[in-house]
This record gives sequence, structure tokens and C-alpha cells, in this order.
Amino acid sequence: MSTATTTTELVETKKSGGLTGAAANYIDERTSISTAVKELGRKIFPDHWSFLLGEVALYSFVIILLSGSFLTFFFHASMTPVEYDGSYMPLKGVEMSAAMASSLDISFDIRGGLLMRQVHHWAALLFVAAIGLHMLRIYFTGAFRKPRELNWVIGFILFILAMAEGFTGYSLPDDLLSGNGLRIIDGMVKGIPVVGTWISFLLFGGEFPGEQIVGRLYSLHILLLPAIIVALIAMHLLFVVVHKHTQYPGAGRTNQNVVGYPVLPVYAAKAGGFFFIVFGIVMLMASLFTINPIWNYGPYDPSPVSAGTQPDWYIGFADGALRLIPPGLEFVWLDRTWSFNILIPLVALGLFILVVLIYPFIEAWVTGDKREHHILDRPRNAPTRTAIGAAGVTFYAALWATASSDIIATHFKVTMEGVIHTMQFMVIVGPFIAFFVTKRICLALQKKDREIVLHGYESGRIVRLPGGEYIEVHQPVDEYERWKLVSYNDYKPLMIRPNANGKITVGQKARAGLSRWFFEDRIEPVSSTELERTHGDHH
Amino acid sequence: MTSISTPKQSGGRKTGRRGPLASVALIAIGLLFTGGAYAAFSTSTASAETTAASQQTVGEGQKLFAANCATCHGLAAEGTGSGPSLIGVGAAAVDFQVGTGRMPMQINGPQAEKKAVQFTEEQTAALAAYVASLAPGPSLPDASLLDGEGDAAKGAELFRINCAMCHNVAGAGGALTQGKYAPALSGVNEVHIYEAMVTGPQNMPVFNDMNISPESKRDIITYLKYLDNNPSPGGFALGALGPVSEGLFLWIFGLGSIVALTVWITAKSN
Repeated sequence: MSTATTTTELVETKKSGGLTGAAANYIDERTSISTAVKELGRKIFPDHWSFLLGEVALYSFVIILLSGSFLTFFFHASMTPVEYDGSYMPLKGVEMSAAMASSLDISFDIRGGLLMRQVHHWAALLFVAAIGLHMLRIYFTGAFRKPRELNWVIGFILFILAMAEGFTGYSLPDDLLSGNGLRIIDGMVKGIPVVGTWISFLLFGGEFPGEQIVGRLYSLHILLLPAIIVALIAMHLLFVVVHKHTQYPGAGRTNQNVVGYPVLPVYAAKAGGFFFIVFGIVMLMASLFTINPIWNYGPYDPSPVSAGTQPDWYIGFADGALRLIPPGLEFVWLDRTWSFNILIPLVALGLFILVVLIYPFIEAWVTGDKREHHILDRPRNAPTRTAIGAAGVTFYAALWATASSDIIATHFKVTMEGVIHTMQFMVIVGPFIAFFVTKRICLALQKKDREIVLHGYESGRIVRLPGGEYIEVHQPVDEYERWKLVSYNDYKPLMIRPNANGKITVGQKARAGLSRWFFEDRIEPVSSTELERTHGDHH
Repeated sequence: MTSISTPKQSGGRKTGRRGPLASVALIAIGLLFTGGAYAAFSTSTASAETTAASQQTVGEGQKLFAANCATCHGLAAEGTGSGPSLIGVGAAAVDFQVGTGRMPMQINGPQAEKKAVQFTEEQTAALAAYVASLAPGPSLPDASLLDGEGDAAKGAELFRINCAMCHNVAGAGGALTQGKYAPALSGVNEVHIYEAMVTGPQNMPVFNDMNISPESKRDIITYLKYLDNNPSPGGFALGALGPVSEGLFLWIFGLGSIVALTVWITAKSN
């Protein structure tokens, strides 16, 4: 249980509550809600800015639900051709789908419609971005370790679903940009050997683009996907309550407690206020900055493809992967076309996603650590994990940046080919560079920490000794700081041990090998004996 | 106007010992030249004929050409290893290349860059008249095609089908191979848009009158001018570059300011 070692616990006990007390009593006697309020209201949350990133994602989702509901009142998810007769002059009389026409009507002829569209779209971009940043925080602090592995999986599935929500939403207006995006999806599906064409026809209800896809995506976008997302968010938050929140190492913080503020009144007020801050920022962006100007793109027509056609940022990594594939990987064999230019990105990205999804289990297996962890790691204290993360981020970022290869080329006045070749290098070699550099930086920082704990920090005070020697006086760190620097888990490579039959299995060998790779370079935390020894010969 | 062999050298006030009649004669010659250049310009815009310019203007153009263009294009515009032949490119090509500052070319590169215009309108017209006199080619468009009063909806559709794959749907420009690019179209003069379509400068294909009729070209110009004159209804357009600039803006400004605020919220009170 949360042995809340909190300092600000405000429990006001009013005996004669007047009307409020009576009303509260009335409700409590009928619902027993006081138990829940007492339990939840006294939940403790530690305070750190990075703990609010998940909240940003949650709040953007609320904003998306609110603005999205408004949009459903006016959007027609139909691909029936109509002639546009709204107030945007350069599209007047143009034939387009009812979906596109209604999206234009929302933008130009419905009061507040354009603002709501922009709120919805900006909030959607923010939603996925906040999830991404939240995940990075979780990863680099090791918050996914036991008992939170399953919550990592749920969270990552939420990330994938958020991308799916984003992509289905991006495709709904049936404008030129989204149609091009769907065409790429269609191409990728068709690139799958044997079944691809069948799946494509199934998906689009016939030859692309057909007249079905917008209606189908709409069902997914406003019904199925949001329902799953809401359910998973509920589970995600339930797990946060069950596991308690993690906290950064610090004086007084242990694996058994949570130091912070209770939900009521402090945290509820902060978090509630924060919702309005996030809403305010989204509103500000939506009211000042254009997003997805479908009136520029015009209705979808399979023949034109605009320069600068990109997906929204979160699909960029997949688009980038397609752009990076060198030519000549498509050939005919066994009377079928094998599109390795599509299969390689599909498989590579699939593997990448799978590894991220199950990473907590991989690490747990490698470390053999079965303990519960409620104190976060400082990234430097898990050098190999941090380095793997940096490699993953580099891989992803290189793919992501490649999605804008043409814009990089025009705006930095370099050649398109140069950009592509640089990014090919970055995707393949970049992660290795990032791994080694990050690991070395982590180890160096750990050494620095060790040095500070044992010999204090440099005070900048230079003293000349009677013999003429100059020394810089080092000041010892205070105990609070020292706590932060010394309290972390130390791991050693696992030993290969024969199993019950006296055999060493291949799995065991792999595990030992990985474990050695993980922990062979390590800086041990300063032990109490070491500390005492240095304090003995005090300087 | 007295010296025309070097660009932008206007006939300033000359001082020196001259009789009073000489000054009068000089003014008369200057007026004649200016008037002649204007006449040449207006006749060449008004008529579809390429050889309507007066012989005098053509002669001026030839001198300008010999001084400024012949190094690469050859003394008779026949082309050299460094520049293509200009026989048959017409007045429209000259007016576009010189009128947008692309020619004379500053440096060799993937493509000639737009820069400050190097010649006066009269000099450009004289050059155009000279090149047009070599062989028939596309002439300057009629002013009625450039009024921006066409059908913007039709123009937008044509633009998406024919132009957007390089120039982007909102005319924001786009990348081509080997460092070449399709330039942004905002703020480009109507006449230059038209001339680019008929002459296909640099990497651009030619859209002749069989391909896109003059009236359709007028519609396209109308659409581009509509984009120029009507700011994005949604607010700042972020360069009209699409999802890339939107995503960058979201990460840097949106998420950036939110992270700054989370730091503020969780900061310890003093």
C-alpha cells in the first residue's frame, strides 16, 4: 500500500457541514462514494515535469473527442459524387465526393467549423507526439520494468492505435493529399505476395479507390478505434493506480514509498488546471495556424500527385522507409511479381515495432531481474539500455526525416539524391554510432558521479600550500545529493549454469551472451565501505 | 539611352563642350529611341506575329545580345557548348528568362536562379525582338490573357493535374532530381507564368496551345493570383508545405511550449 510519506496532507474535518455536508452525506449514504474518494483522494503522485507527458496525451485525447463529436454532426462519410456549391470560389462547380464537399462546408459554411477542424487535427498531432515523448520518458528511466511490463505493452498498443486513428482521420476528407496517402497504402498492400491484391480489393470494395473506403474508414475512425482506445486508456490508468507511480531516486524515496502530493486537493487542482493549459495551447495553434488546407489540395483524383505529398508526422517513418529503398528490388519469379522494395520496409518496420513492444520482456530475460522496481533509473545508470534507446531513436528519426527528403532538398539547397544517400547511411550506420557514443557518455557520467561522491565537487577555490604546490579544494556533496548519486541497482553478467539435466542449453548460452553484452562495461555504485574509507583520510 | 551595349547604363547627363544644337539633337534621339522601344514592346505584345518589331529595335537587341549573351549562346544565337541555340525560342522565352533575372546566368549550377533583373524593360524588349526576328517562336501573350479574370475553379483543377506534381498544389515549389527544383509560384508576374507555360524554361515541359488552350492558361493564372491575393482562411499557412511544416511546428512550438509549461507547473515554490 502507499505508505504516503507526504508532507502536505490536508484533512479538513468539519462536523457541522451545513448544506454541503448534508448533500455529501446524502450521496455517501446511497453510493458509499466516500470509500472511493478516501482511497483515490489520498493517492500520492510524485512531482516531476516528465510525469505530466502522459497527461498531455490524455488531455489531447479529450480535446479530440470533443472536437470530433462536433465534426460528426456535419460530415458525410460518403463517396457519392456531388458538385461543390459552397462558398470557396476556386472549387465552385467542381465534382467531388460528398465527404470532400461536407469537409469544405465544415471549413467555410459552418460557424466555427474550420476552427473545430483545426482543433481536431492539431490535437491529433499533439496526441501522438505526447504519447511518443511519454514513451521515451518511460523507456529511458526504466519505468517499464516489473511490475509495469504489461502497462508498457498497453501503452505501446495505444500508440499504434493512435497512429491508426490519425491515418483513418487523415483519409476521411477524400482530398488529393489523403487520396495519395491511401494510394500508397494500397500499393503496400498489393506488394504483399499472393494475397496482396485480394486484400486490396477486399479493403477498397473493388479496384482502388472505389466508393467504399471513406465510409469504412469512418466506422473505424469514430466507432471501433475510439472504443478500443478508451478501454485501453482505462486499463492503462487503472494499472497506474494499482502499481502506484514511480519516482526518481532521491533522499527519502525508496522502493516501498511514494513521495509527492495527494490527488486531493493539490494534484487534482494542478492536473485540472493543466487540462485547460493544454486546451488553450491547442486552441491557440488552431486559431492562428492553418492545418491540412484541403481547399488547396482539392478533391481526390487518382491522376495528380502533388509535390510535397507527405503523411502526417507520425506516419512519416513508414513513408521514409519506402523512400530509402534503392531501385531494382522488384522482379518476376514463378510468374509472380516480388516487390522487395515494399516487403523490406514492411518487414523491417514490423520487426522494429515488435522489438519495441516486447522490449521489457527481453530486458527482464537478459538481466534475470525478478524484483519490483518503483524507483526510476537515471538514464546514465543503465548505459546499455540508454544506448539501445538512442540507437532506436536514431533509426526512427532517420526514417522520419527521410519522409521530408524533397523539402530538405529544396530548403537546404542540396540534391535529392544526396539527401537520400545520407539518410540511407544514417538509417543503417547511424544507430551503431549512436549506440557507442551514448554508452560511452553514460559510463563517463557515471564515473563523474562516482568521483563526486568519493572526492566531492570542485569548489573553484585554489589554495597554495606552504611548499608552493597548488591544489583545488573539493567540497563534499551533501547527503541528499549523495543519495541520488549512489542509489542504483548494480547488475553483473549472468553466469551460465547447467539445468536440472546437467546440460547448458542454447537458450542459456544466448542469455549469458546477451547479459555479458549488457553489463560487461559497468561502473559500480559507491558502496558504504568505500565512502567510509574516503571519509577516513579526510582532506 | 545613348549607350546600349552594356546593361543598365542609362544615358545620364553628359557634360562637356557641345553646341546648343547638339543637346537638342541628343534629346531628340533619346526620345526617338525610347519611343521606338515602347512602340516595339507594345506591338510585340499586341500582335501574334513575331517579326513585327521595328528593324531599329532588332538592331539594338542584336548589339545587346552580342555584348551580353553571345558568349554562351553564340554570336548568331546558334548555340555553343555552354548554352543552347535560341533560334526559334521566341520573344516569350527571352522575356521570361531575362525578365525574371534568370538570364544572363550568374553561375553554372543545376539551374539558372531567379535574381535581380539585369536589363531595363526596353532592353529586354529589344533582346526579345532580336531573338524573335531569327525564327518564328512563341510571342508575348496578349494582355487579355493575363487579367486574372478567368475561371479560378477550372484553373485550380488544371493546375492540380498539370503543375502540382512539381510546383506543389499551393504553388509552394518542390524538388526535382540532381539539385534542380520547381520554384515557388507566389508573387510571380502573370506574364511570366504564361511565358513559362508556352516556352518550358529549364526543366519545365512546354504546355503549348494544343495542350492547354490560352483561355485555360488564363484560368491557371487566375487561380495562382487568387492564392496570392487571398491569405489562407485557416491562419498562417506555414509555407503551404503540407504535413512536414505542420509536424515540425507541432513538435517545436506545440509540444515545446507544453513541456515548458509542465516544468513551470511542477517547479518547486520558493
